[in-house]
Amino acid sequence: MAKGLTWTIDDADHMTQAEIYGEVLTKLGYEYKNLVALTADLAGSTKIGRFQKDFPDRFFNVGIAEMNLFGMASGMAASGLLPVVSTFAAFAALRCAEHVRTDVCYQKRNVKIIATHSGTSFGQAGTTHHCTEDLAVMRAMAGMTVIAPADAYETARAVVAAMEWDGPVYIRIGRSFEPPLHKSMDSFDFEIGKAIKLREGTDITVIATGRTVPGAVEAAEMAANEGLSVKVLDLHTIKPIDVEAIMEAVMETRRIITVEDHNVYSGMGSAVADVIAASGKGCVLKKLGLQDEFSIVGYPDDLLHYYKMDADGIVEAIGQVMKMDFEADEDWEDEI
Amino acid sequence: MALKPAELKKLKQTALRIREQIVEVTYTCGGAHIGGAMSQTDIMVALYYKFMKFDPKKPLLPTRDRFILSKGHGGVGHAVILGYLDCFDKKELLDFNKTGSPFGMHLDWLKVKGVDASTGSLGHGLSIGIGMAIAARLQNKKYHTYVVLGDGELHGGPNWEAIMAAAHFKVTNMTTFVDRNKLCIDGPTEEIMGVEPLKDKFEAFGWKAVEIDGHDFEQIVDAVEQSHKETEKPFVIIANTIKGKGIDFMEGLAKWHYAGLDEEMKKQALASLRRMNKNG
Repeated sequence: MAKGLTWTIDDADHMTQAEIYGEVLTKLGYEYKNLVALTADLAGSTKIGRFQKDFPDRFFNVGIAEMNLFGMASGMAASGLLPVVSTFAAFAALRCAEHVRTDVCYQKRNVKIIATHSGTSFGQAGTTHHCTEDLAVMRAMAGMTVIAPADAYETARAVVAAMEWDGPVYIRIGRSFEPPLHKSMDSFDFEIGKAIKLREGTDITVIATGRTVPGAVEAAEMAANEGLSVKVLDLHTIKPIDVEAIMEAVMETRRIITVEDHNVYSGMGSAVADVIAASGKGCVLKKLGLQDEFSIVGYPDDLLHYYKMDADGIVEAIGQVMKMDFEADEDWEDEI
Repeated sequence: MALKPAELKKLKQTALRIREQIVEVTYTCGGAHIGGAMSQTDIMVALYYKFMKFDPKKPLLPTRDRFILSKGHGGVGHAVILGYLDCFDKKELLDFNKTGSPFGMHLDWLKVKGVDASTGSLGHGLSIGIGMAIAARLQNKKYHTYVVLGDGELHGGPNWEAIMAAAHFKVTNMTTFVDRNKLCIDGPTEEIMGVEPLKDKFEAFGWKAVEIDGHDFEQIVDAVEQSHKETEKPFVIIANTIKGKGIDFMEGLAKWHYAGLDEEMKKQALASLRRMNKNG
């Protein structure tokens, strides 16, 4: 069992990703004496108030001033502390992108960023508080590790793993009551950079990340009723990407659908496309997510449906991709 | 404690050597941020040669005092000082700005020994300094953090986020300078975007602020000593300086923010530095 996982959170089914994160952070505070938590007037919203209560001297609320937030974290990391910064994804990845780049990544500072309310998970708040660009921004930062856990359990495992991971890590989580994907904290293997194979299949692969993963599993089950064999990968780490798992899917199914609560430009789907293109192997790829538009207001689950990132949308896409006739030739040897 | 005459003489001599070397590097590398490097030199010479606990042979010692040049374009001046302290072989400075050199206009701590933070983009250094100072406090470490800000840099919002935070978190184990040379790239700060009344602004943000002549070692030393005694508020020293200080044809002119020197100009610059040093 990984360091930090000698405890369990029994009530995880009833907790949001952010609440679980708050619990885990507090536990880690006892384990890592140099861990400090920073936020920008979002201690309540990012659920790290519990850490503040247990470690008032190691908690820093800088007010609504995100540029200073990352600068301070950089200085702390340079001087023996382990800063964990929590704020909304829109502010961490966009408002102060240059500070994350220059103060954290460029200077190789060991800062962990937990970005809540990512994608469209803050439904009714609208585009200013959604973030459908962060995977693109963070992927482009040299040295940044990018993770999008699927549920509260994965969030807990990702945060624990990030503590022992050398270098900056960006973990994007949701806001709402994402349904649990896993049964418990230790019912699955979690390793940064290793996709979780949720379902084997031979006709098509659905690669999902973050809060779209449970819908992908549901879609696979629905398609199975129609006689289709759907492989499902939970690609929780967008960078470094699991080339092996993606290539296995390419070779086994030659049809891939990616699903992400993010703009389809330069997000997880694009990262998968890079892998496929570099391999020289032929594969149909359909990217589900926001099709280069700003998000509408709505309940978080409704938005998944609206943007066809839920089980219904994925099943529809499976139907479309299965109809595509992309290569009559079954011989792989002529490709590269 | 007032500076002894011998000590004062030594600081002045050191500053002259550093300025001469900045001229040499500017000449060799084809261009550098010479104006601002000249204005900051006396402040930095006082810090490195009089105050800072810093072992050039062990530049990452956890107990060392921290120095952050938030006005990162002054990197050429910082690199020359670190070279003179023997953090690395001075000869390496001749490669400044060249392809593959560890030294570019803006210094990177991962490449240049003795640098504590990679700066260049303005509005970053003070926040980093606050982080370092708070880390000292949390871990019961005794090191002191020094930050040098530019004045044009203060146009930017991130500084004011940091200025507010330093007072809120009562960061008193840090001394901040503003190299107030009154010029940014496009002209006088007060014409481009006024920063005055600067002392009042810092005070309104909860700082203790003093204003000095940034080329007078006695005033610099006195102000730094005062900052060490402050226990309630973060301390800023607004150092009135002259861009291009010591080189008569450069002083007070914005166009020397970044420039190159030909052989004749280099000779004139060195002559001016020596003349002014004798007179001042």
